[in-house]
Amino acid sequence: MSKKNSEYLINRKDNQYEVVIGLEVHAQVLSESKLFSTSATKFGAEPNTQVSLVDAAFPGMLPVINEFCVKQAIKTGIGLNAKINKRSVFDRKNYFYADLPQGYQISQFKDPIVGEGKVILDMPEGQKEVGIERLHLEQDAGKSIHDLDPQNTFVDLNRSGVALMEIVSKPDLRSPDEVSAYIKKLRSIMRYLGTCDGNMQEGSLRADVNVSVRAKGSKDFGTRCEIKNVNSIKFMQMAIEYEANRQVDLIEEGKSIDQETRLFDTKKNETRSMRSKEDAHDYRYFPDPDLLPLEVSNEFINNLKNNIPELPDDKKKRFIDEFKLSAYEATILVSDIDTAKYFEEVVAKMGKNKDIKLAVNWITGELFAVLNNKNLEISQSPVSAKNLAILVNLIKNGTISGKIAKTVFELMLDGDKDPQKIVEEKGLKQQSDPKAIEALIDKIINDNREKAIEYKQGKEKLFGFFVGQAMKASGGKANPQLINEILKKKLQ
Amino acid sequence: MSDITKQSLTELVVNIKDKKLSSTEVTKAFIDRSEKSKELNAYITEDFTSALDKAKKFDQKPNLDLKLPGIPMAVKDLFCTKDVKTTAGSKILNNFVPTYESTVTDNIWREGAILLGKLNCDEFAMGSSNETSFFGNVQNPIDKDLVPGGSSGGSASAVAGQLTPITIGTDTGGSIRQPASFTGTVGLKPTYGSCSRYGIVAFASSLDQAGPMAQNVKDCALLQEVISTYDPKDSTSIDFKRNQYSKELTNNIKGKKIGIPKEYRVDGMPKEIEDLWQKGIQFVKDCGAETIDISLPHTSYALPTYYIVAPAEASSNLARYDGVKYGFRAKGENLIDMYEKTRSEGFGAEVQRRIMIGTYVLSSGYYDAYYLKAQKVRKLIKNDFDEAYKKVDAILTPSTPSSAFKIGEKTNDPVSMYLNDIFTVPVNLAGLPGISIPAGHDSKGYPLGLQIIGKAFDEQNILNIAFAMEEKINFKNKITDWWIK
Repeated sequence: MSKKNSEYLINRKDNQYEVVIGLEVHAQVLSESKLFSTSATKFGAEPNTQVSLVDAAFPGMLPVINEFCVKQAIKTGIGLNAKINKRSVFDRKNYFYADLPQGYQISQFKDPIVGEGKVILDMPEGQKEVGIERLHLEQDAGKSIHDLDPQNTFVDLNRSGVALMEIVSKPDLRSPDEVSAYIKKLRSIMRYLGTCDGNMQEGSLRADVNVSVRAKGSKDFGTRCEIKNVNSIKFMQMAIEYEANRQVDLIEEGKSIDQETRLFDTKKNETRSMRSKEDAHDYRYFPDPDLLPLEVSNEFINNLKNNIPELPDDKKKRFIDEFKLSAYEATILVSDIDTAKYFEEVVAKMGKNKDIKLAVNWITGELFAVLNNKNLEISQSPVSAKNLAILVNLIKNGTISGKIAKTVFELMLDGDKDPQKIVEEKGLKQQSDPKAIEALIDKIINDNREKAIEYKQGKEKLFGFFVGQAMKASGGKANPQLINEILKKKLQ
Repeated sequence: MSDITKQSLTELVVNIKDKKLSSTEVTKAFIDRSEKSKELNAYITEDFTSALDKAKKFDQKPNLDLKLPGIPMAVKDLFCTKDVKTTAGSKILNNFVPTYESTVTDNIWREGAILLGKLNCDEFAMGSSNETSFFGNVQNPIDKDLVPGGSSGGSASAVAGQLTPITIGTDTGGSIRQPASFTGTVGLKPTYGSCSRYGIVAFASSLDQAGPMAQNVKDCALLQEVISTYDPKDSTSIDFKRNQYSKELTNNIKGKKIGIPKEYRVDGMPKEIEDLWQKGIQFVKDCGAETIDISLPHTSYALPTYYIVAPAEASSNLARYDGVKYGFRAKGENLIDMYEKTRSEGFGAEVQRRIMIGTYVLSSGYYDAYYLKAQKVRKLIKNDFDEAYKKVDAILTPSTPSSAFKIGEKTNDPVSMYLNDIFTVPVNLAGLPGISIPAGHDSKGYPLGLQIIGKAFDEQNILNIAFAMEEKINFKNKITDWWIK
């Protein structure tokens, strides 16, 4: 494998292969109730406690569309720069399974609510545009639990009927890294919009991954395989790597690739055939006669458009323009909505005379390190944006040095303490009185006359020794800049 | 007061309101007659004890402002009734007791009516003779071993036999109008979207509609007034201004233009039916209306279209009866085996036939040729009516191509059975209201019906025409109580 010019290629003897990937992402709509019923959608509830007669498909029960879910889908479509279809149709996808009470899933087949759009990825080598084919609304199925009993399968219908958005990309992705960036970008956009929490552990975001390979430079697509229901970015990347190599090996052996659906075995790190094209289900899609076509007005769409929050791409641009951040810094800060919020709150609390660069360094340095160590989200940060802003200001106005600030920061972690108070209580205020420092330095030079002479004769590295002594004598509180200035003068 | 069960709904309501009859007396009378009428096999589930309790309770504190004060009523077993077994005429729901009430029945109980029991019907409303019911044939009170029609056969038999003063059925392709015609009763299929489908066991969602079945037009109008409400729980329910159908009922139809569609003069139609139709034309003229010859050119495609659309929807609607959640479950080696055995044993032959037809026409490779094409033809059929209604206010046709046939006569010939729906099916496909009224007898003395088809949401108009014709026809049903020993 080589990554020349950061291109992801698979090498065999004299041949180089390009990998073509398209994703069908299933994102759970963030909503209080289900797509066609009023049952709750809370994660982790006791089995079968969030199930209505509609969700369990009792005789004579009828679906009624949840307007909020429609709004969420349209908002997501707007976030994906996509065409919103004013008329869309719900279809029935028919198949039998124990956790599918109706015997069909209500989905959108021919006429989805959202059409073509695009997403911009920030890759190390520059920006990359990924096309969105469509976004449609559909119901989730229930959950079959096979490992509670040796004989029986148990069914939990809490998830049955929960709204999902299926977001289908064009086959524009070319590497596992791009897939990772794409998923993260989708998640970021949806979290900004509040349309999906993006929680992959809880299954709120999962994907079917379509993989094919072709000779480098070829314009034709190879035969693709679909890897079903992968629920982490790492597994997606592993599955793609395995699958692409498997396909290349087949081609190299002169064999052909069968179009099929495969499963990724996370323990063995391999994909396995689930069903061939011939065995593919015939879902007998047809428009659901219980639901009229979904029609939304321009006004309805525009109302949503006008209330779309600033999205990551715009926010990044603004951070660069307004705060003079580098593209790299801005990308880090906007990738997660809570990080962006935290940063903007710090900026706001710093007041007029602020050092934004310094704040960015503290957030992406000290704060991120702490969050990482404690495995916390920024929304759970032990240090509030307000107190971090105070701390940065204390450094900026010379009250404490950067070094002391680290000590203060450690103390702030315990109960989000006010740094101002810590500095006062612990007497950590920086010594910035030139006369006092001069006196202190005079004493040190006096005590170390020989070293002072050596320095003056050219042993310049002794300067550090004097700085260290001065710092030590001040208990670390002396303003290092002043020490430097005064020392230089005195040792001339 | 004697002969309580011979009284119409309207008479019973007046007598209860005037305190000449109590709900208990009325309820008891219908229970007694129902008890004596077991041979008709009209009921699947009787709820007599509870009905009597409710009647007594009503009499203790009667609310006489209601539209159906203390009126006992049996309903088709396709309506889910809270805490009362609801089978849809199928083995697969033989043990199913809903925890909820259909909107239509809920509307009825709210107006003071009392549930007598659940009436027999073809399995999942699939049939035209009530012979597909898991609970056996229903006898037509007109004559022994005569089918009452279907699928609302139990409902028609119960009204004609005076086991219930009035009832409700459902009509997907003629299931109210055809049995009404076979039993000499009045049956209205309202506009699609008029009555909520919430809580009605679904057959074909885009065609199913509940409606009243009664002894006369006025009763029919009164019940329609009660059951037709806008219901947000049914996404296909339509919020339109509903009339006070019984209050606004008038026999003044002077100047109304009635269309006579030539395409309903089908090959092989018995002369008796043609004669009845001509008689009907004369009656509407006598009422001061004008008849106009019209054309509904796509009529001959209605039946094949219906037998694609309805089974397609049914095949999907009935997927939920899989033995997993409720209803009948057969033992199986694994999930697939359980499914196969449950559905093979739980569904009867006609239901299985329609599930197979429906599955076939939706299959990839056949969808365009069948389902999609049928949807296009359905649009053309609707357009035919739209065109016709530019010229006329309503359309008059026979209800059925023949009178009631013998039990077993058509069971081995499904196509001949399906042909029974030839005049009723276009109305469902177009989503229009249609009413069947008894208009005469054939040579055997069996009743024959005429159908009046209206514009969408124009129930009042066809009720008025039916009301005016009813007066002129002065039909008397020949019921001998042959089944009462």
